[in-house]
Formats: sequence, structure tokens, C-alpha cells
Amino acid sequence: MTKVLVVTSGKGGVGKTTSTAALGAALAQAGENVVVVDFDVGLRNLDLVMGAERRVVYDMINVIQGDAKLAQALIRDKRIDNLSLLPASQTRDKEALTDEGVAKIIDQLREKFDWVICDSPAGIEKGAMMAMRHADVAVVVTNPEVSSVRDSDRIIGMLDSKTLKAERDERIDKHLLLTRYDPARAARGEMLKTEDVLEILSIPLLGIVPESVDVLNASNLGSPVTLNNPTSPAAKAYFDAARRLRGEHFDLVVPLERKSLMGRLFGRRVA
Amino acid sequence: MTETRPFIRLRGRSIMALVLTPESPLPGWLAALDAQIERAPNFFDGRPVIVDVGPLPRETPNVAGLMHEIAARGIHIIGLEGAHPSWPGLEPWGRQLPGAGKPGKPVEIPEAAPHYAPPPQAAPEPPPTQSAPTRTEPAQSEPPSLLVDHSVRSGQSIAFESGDITVIGSVASGAEVVAGGSIHVYGALRGRAIAGLSGGAGARIYCSKLHAELVAIDGVYQTAEDMPPERIGGPSCAWLDGDQMRITPID
Repeated sequence: MTKVLVVTSGKGGVGKTTSTAALGAALAQAGENVVVVDFDVGLRNLDLVMGAERRVVYDMINVIQGDAKLAQALIRDKRIDNLSLLPASQTRDKEALTDEGVAKIIDQLREKFDWVICDSPAGIEKGAMMAMRHADVAVVVTNPEVSSVRDSDRIIGMLDSKTLKAERDERIDKHLLLTRYDPARAARGEMLKTEDVLEILSIPLLGIVPESVDVLNASNLGSPVTLNNPTSPAAKAYFDAARRLRGEHFDLVVPLERKSLMGRLFGRRVA
Repeated sequence: MTETRPFIRLRGRSIMALVLTPESPLPGWLAALDAQIERAPNFFDGRPVIVDVGPLPRETPNVAGLMHEIAARGIHIIGLEGAHPSWPGLEPWGRQLPGAGKPGKPVEIPEAAPHYAPPPQAAPEPPPTQSAPTRTEPAQSEPPSLLVDHSVRSGQSIAFESGDITVIGSVASGAEVVAGGSIHVYGALRGRAIAGLSGGAGARIYCSKLHAELVAIDGVYQTAEDMPPERIGGPSCAWLDGDQMRITPID
């Protein structure tokens, strides 16, 4: 059965698009048929992070308005066969999204893929609502700091009330993905502790992704970090998260500061 | 000569009806209904009731008899919905109502004054609604209470002007709980708590961990900045002493 997963957060800039790409690539490498869908109409980024920005012909709004078929808009990844992208429009805005249009697209995607990962825009308005509406599973991306946690709490409240599943009185599975975790700052007490975040949000932890220049490098190169640098700590965290999404249960390892002096020196260089 | 048509007035009107949903096994459900009526004898007086038999299994015998049983208890049935076409004897209840789009919100059945029973009487069974457990108190009608058995998320607002609110869970930062009576939070209170809206200066706010952004009782409020620092994070009770807000530990 296809799973529709929404990657959302409320707060902007916490790592939704990065996580969508990384998780999508990790699941695809595990053999699943995956499509990643960009719901950030007007401010699209998923195509950049996936390295497909020079191959976008049609986008989701074209499909909604009947200007193109879904198959024409889908962009297959060059590196992994079973990974595709449905880009958002850059010239339009969220008002162009319609309930029926999005529902139709999700239904068609359900027929072709094992996983439909919806990259939500930040905020709580139409774009974010549309992205979460058809979700079976939600990944709430949160940075371990107060404003991100409060916004995530808000978005969790909306997942429990504004999705189709919630309206049918079914529970939507929610998972917490803690991103940009800095073990040094956590040790110094400058970041919220994982336990505090979990206590406030009360949803199960999917993974902890450490702050990492590998992620930034990957974005700049147009490749999800799980493809570009699969042995990096961030990529390992995403691979683990993907395994948990597929139903595996295993212990979570909190990323530790492991860089040597040389690592720190060379790691700071701009790619 | 042209005929003038008689003029017919037609108006729209909404009324709030209660929906009663019988559940199998029916004898047990009728017994529970009787117990509820005994606890709150006037609750159904004058209220229009719709009986929703949709959830009953198709093989349920004598649904017509069930309807008579409900009516015999003085319940004013104005309509029926969810009946299977094969069930006989439902004509007295008229044509079925068109299905509602969304189910309505659950309704609290208030507790009427529990009468003093001689000690050997069995302990009261938990009421099949969300009201507070029965307390033996002198006969004055107790205020109803709202039970929220999950955490209140940021941005959500729970309001209950007719009485107390009890939250089993936490109240997140950016959420608010507004009660006519007192507020009891069995978790952390990180948002706003506004109590005593129904003019109750005696209303109180309790929580297991005080991290509230604002507490207010009967119009008198205090923000986090002015709360006594030694109470932050600990189990606390906020109450009004005259027109001063006091926050003291719960022992």
C-alpha cells in the first residue's frame, strides 16, 4: 500500500526540503519506488536540492490546470531509477492549488509509487495545509530550539485536526526528526535537550540529524546528502530514519562530536 | 380571470437536537440510559432527540421495539436516521432524516445532585460521558466539568464557560484554556490559563509544572514575568487573595 508522507515543520529553514530529498533518496536506494513532491508554490527549492532545476518543463500547477499530464511533469532522477520529482511552479503562488486538483494528483501518484513524500512549505496556510491533507504519515522536522519547537507543536495540532485522516477520526502517524543538532552546543547547554523537545512535543523520535557542512555541500551540488556523501554522519542519520519509516525498530544513537583537529580545520573550507 | 395563487410562507429554522446512538448489546444500553436518566432526571425534558440506529448490526431484531422503549422513557423523539430498509415497523417515526455531513460535538450530561444513599449502596458506576466523577456533597447542583484527555497543542484554545476544565496532559506554549470555573492541568502548564470567567473569584488554577505565560482569575491576571520565581517549574496553585494573585505550592 502506498504511503503518503508529509515533511512539515511550521517554522522555516529547519531542514524540510533537505530532509525530503535525503529521505527520498535513502528509501529509493533501499528499493522503494519514491516520488518527492514540492508543495512550495512560488518558492520552490526541491528541484535545486535534487539537481533537477535544468530539466523542469511542467510543474504541479500545470497538471492541476490540465495543461500537462502527470507523466509529463514527473522528472526521473538521473542517478536512481526509482526516484522521481514532481516540481512546484515558480511563477505562480499557493492560490493556484485546489483541493480537487491535489487530490487527483495524489491518487494518481498512489498508483505508481510506494512512497509519495510531500515537501511542505513553511507556515500554516494553504500550501502547508494542502501538503498535509492527504498524508498517512507525518515527519515533523524540528531544530532543538524554542521557536522551532513551538511552531512544530502548532503544526502537530493541525496534523491532528486538518488532515483527511483526522476528519475521518483516524490517527495520523507522526514522527519527530530533530535536525541541525550540534553535539558541542548541546553539551554546553546552549541547545534544547532532546528529552525536553520530546517532552513538549510528545511524538516518537525518528532520528537526530547532526548539523553538518556535508548537507550544505550536497545542496550546492544538487544532490541529496544520502547520495552525495552516504557515509557522513548526517547521511547515516537519514538512512537510519528511512529504515525506521519502513518499520524497523532499533536504538537511536545520539551523534557525538568526533572531529579531530585536522577534521575541523579542513572541514571549514568552502567547497 | 387570472387565478391568484395562495401565498405560502416558507422559512428556514435550525434547532439543536441531541443524537442518541443505541449500541449493542441493547439491554445493557437501555440499562445505562436508565441509569443516566436517574442521575440527571430532567436532562431530556423538552429536548428534541434524533435516534441514530446506523451503527446497529443489520440482524438486530425488533428495532421498532427499541424505539418504543426509548420513547417510553419520556424522550421526545423527532426523527430517526441510519435505519436499514429491511427493518419493519419504523413507520411511526416518519421518513428518515437526511444523513448529516459531519457528526456533531459530544454533549456533556450534567450531574444532578446525587442523593444521600444509605452506606450499603453500590459505588456509583462511571458515567458514560465526560463529566467529573461523583462527589458526595450537600445537595446543591454541581457545576459540570470538561475533561480533556490529551495535551493541548500550541494555537488551540479550549473554552468551557459552564464550569471547570481538567486537562490530562500538558498545555503547550501558545495554547489557552478558558474556564468559567477552575482549571486543573495534570501536566505542564506552558500556555495561558484563564479561570473564573463566570464571575468566580474563588476559581483556582492548578498544574503539575508551572511554566505558564499568563494566568487570570476573574479578570485579575499575572504574566510569567511577575510570577514568583521559586514556583516556576513546580506544582502550583494560583488563586485570588482579594484582588491579588497568589501562587502557592501544592503540597
